[in-house]
Formats: sequence, structure tokens, C-alpha cells
Amino acid sequence: MSSLLHGYGALVLEGALQTVQLAVCSLALAFAIGLLGACAKLFGSRWIAKLARLYTTIVRGAPDLVLMLLLYYSIQILLNGITERLHWTQIDIKPFAAGVIVLGLIHGAYFTETLRGAFLAIPRGQLESGTSLGMSFGHVLAHILFPQMMRYALPALGNNWQVIVKSTALVSIIGLSDVVKAAQDAGKTTTHYFFFIGVAAFVYLLITTASNLVLRHLENRYDVGVRKVNV
Amino acid sequence: MIDIFREYWRHYLYTDGYQFTGLIVTIWLLLFSVVLGSALAVPMAIARSSANRFVSRAVWLYTYLFRGTPLFVQLLLCYTGVFSLDVIRNHELTNAFFRDGMHCSLLVFALNTCAYTTEIFAGAIKATPAGEIEAGVAAGMSTLQLYLHVILPSALRRSLPSYSNEVILVFHSTSVAFAATVPDLLKVARDVNSATYQSFAAFGIAFLLYSAITFSLVWLFRQAENRWLAYLTPQK
Repeated sequence: MSSLLHGYGALVLEGALQTVQLAVCSLALAFAIGLLGACAKLFGSRWIAKLARLYTTIVRGAPDLVLMLLLYYSIQILLNGITERLHWTQIDIKPFAAGVIVLGLIHGAYFTETLRGAFLAIPRGQLESGTSLGMSFGHVLAHILFPQMMRYALPALGNNWQVIVKSTALVSIIGLSDVVKAAQDAGKTTTHYFFFIGVAAFVYLLITTASNLVLRHLENRYDVGVRKVNV
Repeated sequence: MIDIFREYWRHYLYTDGYQFTGLIVTIWLLLFSVVLGSALAVPMAIARSSANRFVSRAVWLYTYLFRGTPLFVQLLLCYTGVFSLDVIRNHELTNAFFRDGMHCSLLVFALNTCAYTTEIFAGAIKATPAGEIEAGVAAGMSTLQLYLHVILPSALRRSLPSYSNEVILVFHSTSVAFAATVPDLLKVARDVNSATYQSFAAFGIAFLLYSAITFSLVWLFRQAENRWLAYLTPQK
């Protein structure tokens, strides 16, 4: 592998792994935030619902790159202020952690909307019959609403995942050595810029194609038990 | 934040004294790429939904490549990548074109949004009810008439909601243009940040300006939907 790609095979591979890790961690965080946000909007009290709406409106108004830079610099400055006040040594946020937090916060807003739409697609009687059987709200959520919601949400979640994968490319701007950074470095030293950035593009194409296949499989799985009609 | 804005508002909005910068450049990037991208997307969408497998697959390959890779990588490929090739630099015309970051950004943004818009329009064309087309054929319409008077007017209207999402996404993604040294809104914010070290204010102003334009776009598209999709709203 190391003789491949002018000796930069290992670097590019490492970058690709970093990209996948970043995308998966951001997905997990965004999904958790999205679930919380959707529940807050649908089942929360008035103020909590308003707070969730404020969050999704603010985040979806501006480009992810602007939010990324705003949060990255501001969180670091805020943290410096706190550590200085407490006379601790400065804590530097690592680009990977910053990337996960920022991508998770941004895409959490999009997930909130996706999951809210999917929850709304479930007939209200499902929730009511669950509570009438004496199930707690948590039980109803975990055993009745969530599994059905996932089927409705899956196509949109797939799109969101593809968007997350593609926006990880921006994290190289705040200093993470992902596949784009690796390609740029390799291009700079070998002057084969076009080739190496082409390789990075190919890596992304592989990731999106592979996830398309997995998503199709998942959709079939969650559709089990739904009758299909051919017109 | 107010002090920073008072000092740099010209840079943020339209000029730094030498060239256009900031919001006006961002809006130019948006307008140019959306207009060119959509104009190209209509014939592409017709080809994409064509019964001819070869034509349809060719357009699919184009949209697959552009939708499967990040815009940032496409821009790097076009700006730093293409320009590093000797073939490009040795020709006067291509050399002059790819040397300018603005040209590369406009080209990549237009091609990128064209790929997404093609899929949106093609989906709407394929969803045209068979009865409408059969009615047109029965009335003796030619294929061209069918497209001009039956299929396109209804398909383009029905794609308006997803098209508005795409326009807002393009607006957001113009912020990567700084990678090609285009002095757009985010580039100004980065320059102000390195000049003043007031990160929150520098990026906060850009954030507010971007949000203001986003919400104006949302409002505009809601008006457009009220006007052109009124016939699809459920009757009260």
C-alpha cells in the first residue's frame, strides 16, 4: 500500500478512516440531539418546545461552515476564559472533538425536523392505546413509537447521513487531518494536485455508494410486515 | 460586535475599496449558479427521464459523480487541481480561465446545483400523471407541445418546494468559495477575525447576514408557492 499513490497511500488511508470516524460519531450525536429535539417539540411543555424551535431556526439559517468557525473559535475562547478564571492550565480542544461537537450540533437541528415529521406520521391512537394499557411514556416511546417512526424516517435519515459525510470535508479547514487534508498535503509535496484530490473525491464516492447499499438494506428491513402493492 | 460592524460594514456588505467583497459577492455567486444551473437542469431532466436507456444513464452518471462528492472537494479539484495540470497552463484560454478563483467557483457551483436540480426536476417529470400525457396525445399534440404545455408547467410547479430547499443549500454552500480566494462574506469574516481577534463578533456578523438572507429566501419561496401551487392546496 505504501508504494501506491507515490508513497502517500498510508496517509490517505488514515485520512479516509478519520473521515469515516468523524462522520459516524457526528451521526450518533446528531441523532441523539435530534431525538431529544423532536420529543421536546412534540411532547414538551410550551417553553421547552419554544426553545427547541429557536435552536432549529437559528442553526438552519446559516451555512454549516460559518457555524463551524463561529463555534470552534468561540468555544475555545470561552474555555480559555473559564480555565483562566479557575487558574487551570489551558485546555485545547482537539480538532476531532470540535468537529464532532460542531457537526452534531448543526445536523442535530436537521435531524430534529426529520424525526418530528416521522413521529407525526404515526397515528395518534397508537400512543393513546399504549398509555391506556398502563405503559409509561418512556415505554410507549421505546416500544411503540420509536420502531414505527424509524420506518418513516429512514429515507430522510439516509439523505441526512449523506449530507453529514459530505460536510466532514469542511472539518479540514479547522485543522483535522482527514482525507481532504491528506490529499492536499500529498498534492503539495508531490505537485500531483489533480491526482490526489481526485483520490479524495473517489474516497467520498466510495463512502456514499456503500452507504446507499446499506440504506437500501435497512429500508427493506424496517419495511418488514408492511404490505406492498404493485400498481 | 457593533464596533466591529461600524468599522467594517462596507467590507461585509459590498466593497473593501478595491473590489467587490462580502454579501454582494455571495449573492452574485448564488444568482449566477442558480440561474445557469436551473437553465441547464431542464434539458438534463428531460434526458434523465427519457425512455432511451443510454441517454438516461449518461445523465445519471453526471449527477451521481456530482452528488456523491463534497462541493468543497469539487472546488479544490477545479481550482488547485486543474490548474496544476500542464495541459491547462500551456493554453492561453484555459490558463486565463482557471487562474481566476471566481471563474472556478461559478463553474463548480453551477455544475453542482445543476446535478441536484436535474434529479429534482426529473423526479417531478416522472411523477406526471399518465392521464395528463394521454390527454395531450389524444388532443393531437406533438412531443414538443406536450413538454411545453403539459409536462413542464406542471412538473416545474410541483418541484417548487424541493427546489426552494436546493436554492437555500446553494446559498449556504457558497461559503466554501473562500477556498478559491473569492472575497465572499465568509472570507471577509475570516479577514476581520485575523485583523481584530474578535472571533465571536467577526463570525457573528456573517452569521446574522447569512440568516437574514436565508429567511428572505424562505419568505420569497413561500410567496411563489402561494401563487403557483395554489391549485394544489386542499380545499376548505
